[in-house]
Amino acid sequence: MRTSQRISSLLTGLVAIAVFVGVQLLVSKELISAYWAQVLQMGCVTGITCLGLNLIYGFNGQFSLGHIGFYAIGAYASALITKDWRTKWSGSNVGAFSFILALEIGALVAAGAMKLLRVGAIRKRAREWLVEYVSDREARFLSGLVGLTVTAVALAIGVLVGRTIQTQLPVLMGPALEALSSETAQKIVFLLALISGATLAGLVGVLVGMPLLNLTSDYFGIATLGFSIMVYSALQNSDLVVSTMKGARGMVGIPRWSTWAWVFWALVIVAVIARNFIHSSEGRATVSVREDEVAATVMGIDVVRYKTIAFAMGCAFAGLAGGLYAHLYSFLHPSTFHFVKGFDPLIIIVFGGLGSMTGSIVASFGWAFVLEGLRVLLPQGFEDWRFVIYPVILLIIMLLRPQGLFGGTEFGFLKAPVPAPRKPKPAEALASGATEQGQGGER
Amino acid sequence: MAKQASEAVHGKRIGPPKSEVPVLDIDGLTKYFGGLRAVSNFSVRVDRGELVGLIGPNGAGKTTVFNMVTGLYEPSDGAIEFQGESVVDLEPFAITQRGIARTFQNIRLFPNLTVLDNVRIAYHPHAGYGLLEAITRLGRYSKKERELTERAQEFLAVFGLEDRQREIAKNLPYGEQRRLEIARALAAEPELLLLDEPAAGMNPNEVYMLMDLIHFIRDKFDLTILLIEHQMRVVMGICEWMTVMDFGEVIARGTPEEVQSNRTVIEAYLGTSAEMEVA
Repeated sequence: MRTSQRISSLLTGLVAIAVFVGVQLLVSKELISAYWAQVLQMGCVTGITCLGLNLIYGFNGQFSLGHIGFYAIGAYASALITKDWRTKWSGSNVGAFSFILALEIGALVAAGAMKLLRVGAIRKRAREWLVEYVSDREARFLSGLVGLTVTAVALAIGVLVGRTIQTQLPVLMGPALEALSSETAQKIVFLLALISGATLAGLVGVLVGMPLLNLTSDYFGIATLGFSIMVYSALQNSDLVVSTMKGARGMVGIPRWSTWAWVFWALVIVAVIARNFIHSSEGRATVSVREDEVAATVMGIDVVRYKTIAFAMGCAFAGLAGGLYAHLYSFLHPSTFHFVKGFDPLIIIVFGGLGSMTGSIVASFGWAFVLEGLRVLLPQGFEDWRFVIYPVILLIIMLLRPQGLFGGTEFGFLKAPVPAPRKPKPAEALASGATEQGQGGER
Repeated sequence: MAKQASEAVHGKRIGPPKSEVPVLDIDGLTKYFGGLRAVSNFSVRVDRGELVGLIGPNGAGKTTVFNMVTGLYEPSDGAIEFQGESVVDLEPFAITQRGIARTFQNIRLFPNLTVLDNVRIAYHPHAGYGLLEAITRLGRYSKKERELTERAQEFLAVFGLEDRQREIAKNLPYGEQRRLEIARALAAEPELLLLDEPAAGMNPNEVYMLMDLIHFIRDKFDLTILLIEHQMRVVMGICEWMTVMDFGEVIARGTPEEVQSNRTVIEAYLGTSAEMEVA
């Protein structure tokens, strides 16, 4: 890392701490009302969601309308975990946590096992071998069976691992958490719940993405819209499966654990992760897919891989934001995750500028403040006019700045590191570099 | 290797010496689009260090051949071997990672990215650090990122684009975009470079500079080059030997001089004498 970069990281850290302490102080001295503090927190949550969607749509170019679905998954998953812990407060109940964790690790282990066992290669080899003895169609069928068997073995390993976790975890974790003070235990449980929610959303993202990411923009948009409608319907009827989710009545009794500290630092961490990703070789590969898929694949970029990575990461961010949201208002209702609400993050990222992380964050706060600010500013009885005023603002800004507030540019620590101009080398140094290159190629 | 190749520039080597595995060996390649036969029984063999031209009138199927070699199209029939191994069933990105890079007839840069990033993206498969290292900026990230940036800058320097590295690719003048596309293809560290009409849209002066450049990179990076062109001047000037296509079929092979005086080729380009009279 160069010195200038180090200084800017240090500065960013200081600014972040200053903002955090500043707001914290203002709230504690009651210079900001609890109401506005909550608006600020909601701004952070929206910022995390929108950074996720910007990664998918702004940077990777995949037009997703399913973001709200992943937000919902994260919200409900983490709420289930913390509520479960809370309802049996003095006890050691980590049932929901162990179940969700078992699900996630089971899925990861199964995927890993499938990769290790190399299902595709085994099937291909089986087919090549079989084709000498039986007809081509039979070989295809039999090798398919072989592939299925291997897949089943991989899944079985996953289920086994998951099952072990589910049964063993409460035994191990319950007493451990009980030994801690309730405050520390609460923090640990909350953190684990948030991570589990984000991971679950990311994993579902991979599963949903695998078949859908081959579709091009509009078609992908419609397909993911379908996904968010599915999630909505599932949530409406969730009480049929998990009674504590309460279905269309709304889930109550979620602990109100999302404080300014949690949401703010979550946003900072997500922003840092997004920045590091985008300004790395992996991130550039992701962006190249948006720019020109054919050119990217011909330049050696595994397009499917980068679509999946960006989608999973964006969905995980949405899941994290959902978890924070759930613990902000302590109440979850399916209508919050209606697919029409799914357009909000889309509006925000387009408004802030596709492919601009700064834009997403600024627009998220702007969004929260405009909607709530107008509620206060408008005279009594005219509050609903804010849904007239803010679209007009949107229209005007889109006409004046079609590329969004920030276009594709970044500010502050979100900027790409500036590459140093090349040190002029003597001609022969360059030439020797070239021969190395040639030899490297021959390997 | 390079020396041998540059001798061949002025020599009359037609077809390759059969001593080693050819870099590219295409045999009986055929492509149908529905009922249309775009390429029919196309064969070519390119040896290490050669600079081979593939010429023919518009619509002869030249670019289709390139698209099949790079995996963008699946051949209907035939074999494509790169360094003795078939690349027919591979994904395009896997083919590139094995060592085949190309440029496009209508330039396909990453238009909204900087010149430097365009080149760095092509270098990505050799980046040498993973997703976790990228996100945390730990491990090999800093070192490898610096290395690959320096590498990309070296490529830009070769093409005289050093001072342009922070510009947005789409804002470059046309000639520089062409050069950038070649630089980007080279950053993928290929052994075989496929150039699809690199001189399209260039003025004669630029064409001469391009011809020099192609020779230069071939020797400098120890490349094998297969080049599509339909300006005769370009191919005549730089290719050691060439294959001529028309209506998806090979109609002639030989040195530039031989091809130039070949009757079938002249007819393909200019029409038959009967047609000439009518015109």
